[in-house]
Amino acid sequence: MIVAEPKPIKEILEMVKDFKKVLIIGCKGCVTVCNVGGSKEVGILASTLRIDAKKNGKKIEVEEHTLERQCDPEYVDEIKDIINDYEAVISIACGVGPQFLSERFPSARVFPGVNTKFMGGATEHGIWSERCAGCGQCVIHYFGGICPIARCSKSLLNGPCGGSDHGKCEISKDVDCIWDIIVRKMMEQDRLDELLEFKPPKSWTTARDGGPRQLIREELVI
Amino acid sequence: MSEFKSGSNLEKILKAGHFAFTGECGPPQGANVDHLKEKAGHLKGCVDAVNITDNQTAVVRMSSWAASLILLDEGIEPNFQMVCRDRNRLAIQSDILGVYAHGIRNMLCLSGDHQKFGNHPDAKNVFDIDSMQLIYTAKTMRDEGKFLNGQDLDVSPKLFIGAASNPFAEPFEFRVHRLAKKIAAGAGFIQTQCIYNMDKFREFMKRAVDMGLHEKCYILAGVTPMKSVGMARYMAKSVPGMDVPGSLIKRLQGAGKGKVAEEGIKFALEQIEEFKEMEGIAGVHLMAIEWEHKVPEIAERAGVLPRPTV
Repeated sequence: MIVAEPKPIKEILEMVKDFKKVLIIGCKGCVTVCNVGGSKEVGILASTLRIDAKKNGKKIEVEEHTLERQCDPEYVDEIKDIINDYEAVISIACGVGPQFLSERFPSARVFPGVNTKFMGGATEHGIWSERCAGCGQCVIHYFGGICPIARCSKSLLNGPCGGSDHGKCEISKDVDCIWDIIVRKMMEQDRLDELLEFKPPKSWTTARDGGPRQLIREELVI
Repeated sequence: MSEFKSGSNLEKILKAGHFAFTGECGPPQGANVDHLKEKAGHLKGCVDAVNITDNQTAVVRMSSWAASLILLDEGIEPNFQMVCRDRNRLAIQSDILGVYAHGIRNMLCLSGDHQKFGNHPDAKNVFDIDSMQLIYTAKTMRDEGKFLNGQDLDVSPKLFIGAASNPFAEPFEFRVHRLAKKIAAGAGFIQTQCIYNMDKFREFMKRAVDMGLHEKCYILAGVTPMKSVGMARYMAKSVPGMDVPGSLIKRLQGAGKGKVAEEGIKFALEQIEEFKEMEGIAGVHLMAIEWEHKVPEIAERAGVLPRPTV
């Protein structure tokens, strides 16, 4: 899933301080799963805005709405009859959501309420970890099913660098050296010889380096 | 290893069978050419080539190619270091051509310390290719006369290609294989990380020799004399991939006030003596960090002077 975290409330309050009618839009997709942008979090943010306004002697009208998915025009359309009633819209979906809203409703003032972090999953309750860099050409089967592009700080393809330290990455003792894990796994599977093969420079054309990406699947285009 | 790949002094020394002795010099954090010349001047005549570091520890300094050219002007052979952190494959290949065009003949290929360590942690890194692929790039340009895209280049950069090896980083079992991989990718010489844990290094070299790696590549053992107990503790605790045994720290502590630096040099000299006899070791890479003025004394006491001319 796409993992996000809430923006600091101070930053959000600053964004909307001049508006009296605010619409908060959540998303039932990834951000609901990672407890940052679902209907519950919409309610919490709305209450926070109301309490803050009251504390400062201001009047504010805050409406709450949660869409099935903000990354789908069909669901975004649901708010077409109400969005123009609001001076500001806060989307607490991943970075895709507020952009889809902005595109569909060009006159709306849309603000992001979360910071989108990465593609990953929950490794423990309350802990999420990156797994995929979206490079567009998956190679994890060469590395014991583990992605060194997303999970090595230097995206190395030919083994661990000299900074690997007792299973930890040189950037932090809190970050695993993924190459340590890859090597040990491949050794356990008696497949070390596969890691000894030289991996040539990767083509990054399918990654973000190739420019903004679009995917067209002709069989699905109506 | 009969014909010269580059004709650099370092390559000639190694091919002639001499015990090589290389040094290191960090470029200034500014454009202080005089300071660079002064530091490098201490190394002149004491070493066969001087590594010029490339924004080491991700701290911005004068570019390694520019500092290398200054050394060339001073009559000192540079070993130009290049990291993958700051350049994509376009910049890497153009810099390889550029340094060769200006007379640089040695190049050390490295991944590069992550920028999080350095003085610009907000920077975006590159890592378009890794150090293994950098070795391959330099070799392809030199031996095949081709760019990475397969296109021909007109005059090949004849560089003596080096790489680093850290026998002490984990996982230990993989390290000798990674060395073998670097040699297969095109490394003609290896300079190791600073060695302090001699037992572990002996084991590493035994494995390298068993695999015949010393016959395919020249391996230079990395030596950095400890200046103080604080330095030893810092390296033990805070430098990733560094293995400083407690026994060495104890030995330095035992030296007494004002005598720690001398004890550090003594340990380095003992190491060099052992490396001279160690199977598979072709020389020593002395990294006297901000202690360049001590290199003549260390070289003299190590019995590696005068440097042979080839």
